[in-house]
Amino acid sequence: MTNRSSLCMILLLLAPGSRLLSQDTTAGHQVYTKWCAGCHGDQGAGDGVAAKHMIPPPRDFTGAIYQIRSTGSGNLPTDADLLRSIGEGLPGTAMPGWKERLSDRERRDVMAYLKTFSTFFADTTLRPQPLEFGSAPGGGTGEEALRVGRQFYDSIGCAKCHGDLGRGDGPSAPTLKDDAGHPIFAADLHQNWLFNGGGSAEDIYHRLRTGLDGTPMPSFSDLLEQKFLTETELWRLAQYVRSLSPDKPPVVRDVIRAPLIERALPHAPDDSAWTSVDAYWFPLVGQVVRKTRWFAPAVTGVWLKAVHTADSLALQVTWDDRSESPDTAWLDHVGRVFATLEQDEGATDPPALWPDQIAVQFPVTIPTGMERPYFLMGSSSAPVYQWRWTSTARTAAVAGLARGLERFDPVSNGGVGSQAMYDHGQWRVVFTRALASPDTATQLPFRTGRAIPVALFAWDGSNGEHGTRMAISTWYFLALDEPVPARVFISPVLAMALTLGLGLLVVWRAQQKTSYRRQQ
Amino acid sequence: MKGRIFSVVGGMFLLTVCSKGAAPAREPSAPPAATTTETSAAGGTITGKIKFTGTAPRNPAIDMSEEAACKSKYTTPPTEENVVAGPANALANVFVYVSAGVPAGQTFTAPATPVVLDQNGCRYHPHVFGVMVGQSIEIRNSDPVLHNIKAVAKKNRPFNVSQPSAGMKTTRTFTAPEVMVNLQCNVHGWMHAWVGVRPDPFYAVSGPDGSFSITGLPPGTYTIEAWHEKFGTQTATVTIAGTETKTANITFAAR
Repeated sequence: MTNRSSLCMILLLLAPGSRLLSQDTTAGHQVYTKWCAGCHGDQGAGDGVAAKHMIPPPRDFTGAIYQIRSTGSGNLPTDADLLRSIGEGLPGTAMPGWKERLSDRERRDVMAYLKTFSTFFADTTLRPQPLEFGSAPGGGTGEEALRVGRQFYDSIGCAKCHGDLGRGDGPSAPTLKDDAGHPIFAADLHQNWLFNGGGSAEDIYHRLRTGLDGTPMPSFSDLLEQKFLTETELWRLAQYVRSLSPDKPPVVRDVIRAPLIERALPHAPDDSAWTSVDAYWFPLVGQVVRKTRWFAPAVTGVWLKAVHTADSLALQVTWDDRSESPDTAWLDHVGRVFATLEQDEGATDPPALWPDQIAVQFPVTIPTGMERPYFLMGSSSAPVYQWRWTSTARTAAVAGLARGLERFDPVSNGGVGSQAMYDHGQWRVVFTRALASPDTATQLPFRTGRAIPVALFAWDGSNGEHGTRMAISTWYFLALDEPVPARVFISPVLAMALTLGLGLLVVWRAQQKTSYRRQQ
Repeated sequence: MKGRIFSVVGGMFLLTVCSKGAAPAREPSAPPAATTTETSAAGGTITGKIKFTGTAPRNPAIDMSEEAACKSKYTTPPTEENVVAGPANALANVFVYVSAGVPAGQTFTAPATPVVLDQNGCRYHPHVFGVMVGQSIEIRNSDPVLHNIKAVAKKNRPFNVSQPSAGMKTTRTFTAPEVMVNLQCNVHGWMHAWVGVRPDPFYAVSGPDGSFSITGLPPGTYTIEAWHEKFGTQTATVTIAGTETKTANITFAAR
């Protein structure tokens, strides 16, 4: 910073009546050192001690390049923009929201302090001006609006990175880098709860107008000026993108219900029987408990559906994955991921063509009390029962016992079937097995009406995931609905008929007595 | 009340003082001041040839199978242009500029004509170029495919805009000297261009035969720096007296 500009800043800060007076960079420095420097670094260069465990890495404040703005491409953010990112966080990244932890005052102070890391904020010619966004045209969820939105999704080339169905699997997706050369994913447009700038149609429209500076996502404001499309059409695009995600973010439920179905077990991932079954969301996180740890899992969660017949169980696991691994197009991406992340000891293996994998985990027997085996693939003394599927052997899921992360012993008569399909950035895998256990010593018998612990693990091979580098869940419960016995339906009817009969009898007797007295 | 008036007036005064420093973003530089020098054909010239020693690395082939409209513009498989070598180890696409010696305080008017950067066949034309602070860069799309144009800069504000169809034009300027700003297309990861932003007109880009020429230099001793995207930088010192032409040949080591 030049002497003159720093002097100006100091004078501006001291100017009485100035709004800037309410922001104290000294207090902001203290807040920054305590809460921010661990990731963003003492000098704001995005190089804190935790930075090497994150993709995307923490913001480097020295360049004053910010993704979430209300201003045009390349412009500085407004104070309100910065306060929003500090308060709400960036949901698709490691940046949490601070509005619960830090007071309004503290957030303002730290905002003022982080602006001092760049000389751009002191340049008064660069004062940020929010764009005129207008408001959303109505009917945004209607068929015609979505058709127009889809038309512009195609014509402005969204699919190049985000893919034809929006799962971040476009042809350019494997090559994407941020300004610093770190790997970056095109957003999966079906997971709006992870959008860095918020998931509403308004938020999406703002990002289309401003772009996400520092990332490959450009601004589309120029297209309005050049009359390539109208504001309404760009709004329709935002509304179309919004429509790809559920109305509300998925709610995590502890118990997955597997209804009893009267028809044949659905073995195929696209069997129509699956459409009427409830889907349950399992959020996944990186495996950071044991070495080699993994801080950048690509699979953020899986959807689980379960049904059973009188004798068999079927589980359908669905998850978004940008690549049908192994895929050579993603090999350079793996190299960039490994180069960005600090590698644990003994983890210097070069990028390779790993498959995608999924594992479903149960205890060996249904526990009678609260105690369950260790969630992270059991232990040598208390193994867990797993079904493991890999994209290189799609119909050959393997059942076995895991005794900790390092040891998996397949069982010989596993009896687990699997079918899988990959379509436009999404895997669907169906596991099937008889309810009765082929061998109760090693393989869980499934019983109705019991809470059966279940956990999941996922690997995206094209993100460098294999072995202990994976995404994990905690224990949840699977409950197979019991067949409803006939008496459940008949008893209430019988009881009601009996009550009615007795009542009528009482009334009739009473009437008999009344008429007898009158006669006397 | 009195204090409030003071603060408003004082604040405005401070803002005026503080805003005197830099030209407004995206506008041509300020009208010529007393110190402005028009570049004249008179003055000295620095000319020379850029060469390299060693073996030039192979330029990677570009897989354009995703973009048939670009692929069809080539009769032989296209490659990247990281190292463009001419006969006798001549080196093209080297940005040569005067890095020191121009008197401080002297300002130069940016040309009114824009520099044109064309996207054609999913490559940038030119691959390396110079522009003056405040001079327009007209970015054209001659391809019927989506390109985004991202400027990765440190001393300038970045930008990232999109051109989804052929015939589109976007104009941008840079406000601060910077060698080099990287322009890139993220849809086509192989597309890179490099632009040297200078406060004066004393720069050139070496041609296919490695030659360059910087003209209109007033008498003085200059440091010239040559920048190549793979081979790094080299410098030379040249003293100009009058309207003479001095030669400064520069040799890079391939790496």
